[in-house]
Amino acid sequence: MPDLGKYADTVLAAYCLSILCLLALVGLSLWQGRKMKQALARAEVAARVGSEA
Amino acid sequence: MSLWEYANPKRFMGLSGRVLPVVTILAATSLFVGLIWGFFFTPDDYKQGATVKIIYLHVPAALMAINAWMMMLVASLIWLVRRHHVSALAAKAAGPVGLTFTVIALVTGAIWGQPMWGTWWAWDPRLTSFLILTLFYFGYLAMWQAVENPDTAADLTSVLCLVGSVFALLSRYAVNFWNQGLHQGASLSMDKEEHVADVFYLPLLLCIFGFVLLFLALVLLRTRTEIRARRLSILMAQERVRNA
Repeated sequence: MPDLGKYADTVLAAYCLSILCLLALVGLSLWQGRKMKQALARAEVAARVGSEA
Repeated sequence: MSLWEYANPKRFMGLSGRVLPVVTILAATSLFVGLIWGFFFTPDDYKQGATVKIIYLHVPAALMAINAWMMMLVASLIWLVRRHHVSALAAKAAGPVGLTFTVIALVTGAIWGQPMWGTWWAWDPRLTSFLILTLFYFGYLAMWQAVENPDTAADLTSVLCLVGSVFALLSRYAVNFWNQGLHQGASLSMDKEEHVADVFYLPLLLCIFGFVLLFLALVLLRTRTEIRARRLSILMAQERVRNA
């Protein structure tokens, strides 16, 4: 850990908040993507069954 | 092969599926190396002390917040002129990414400004236009949610994007236009007249590269989700018609 002197709180707060925001955005994007992919797969199966019936 | 062929959702899904893993790995590597280099292996600034390390987050985030809006503007214009759905969905997908970068730039700017300027915030031309750009981002996302018809939403948000681009440009050039306020000019420039010291330059460049790739990866991922959502809504509409 580098010596941040009297600005340690300032620098660490900036890094923690930024990384938290980035991780939240990445996590949310992945979660929404996965959820949508599963929902579409289910709907496509249902549509195929519906059109065959 | 024409670029417009990728406006076809199927072709876009094929290409983006192949490109996305490569871009993601490159983005993660550049950001990791750039931030570690900047945080652990660069010295303090003679004036700003250790707070100079905030530059590796603040500058790339602010740069990409403005560039994200410009990308949304180009995609919106393509939608308005050529009516390609993928371009409208790409603009929509970029909104939350741009907003997150904007928030990071605002928060890190305030945290950096407090010890350096003695204040968290000042109504300086660059900061004020950037704040207005943030409000435009919120408005843009709200409009996509508020309008039910996706084509109408794309039309309205495209016009909003056109208007908001004034503030995206002002955020970048306000310092040159008015030459006043607390915020300094560009940290990097193409003509190399205004640059940070050499010791900070390379890690900063690497972090900017990482943010650009992260933006690209997230927009590709989110556009793929939006295309799937559009396909799902079509299937559900067909299902309703069949059951009626």
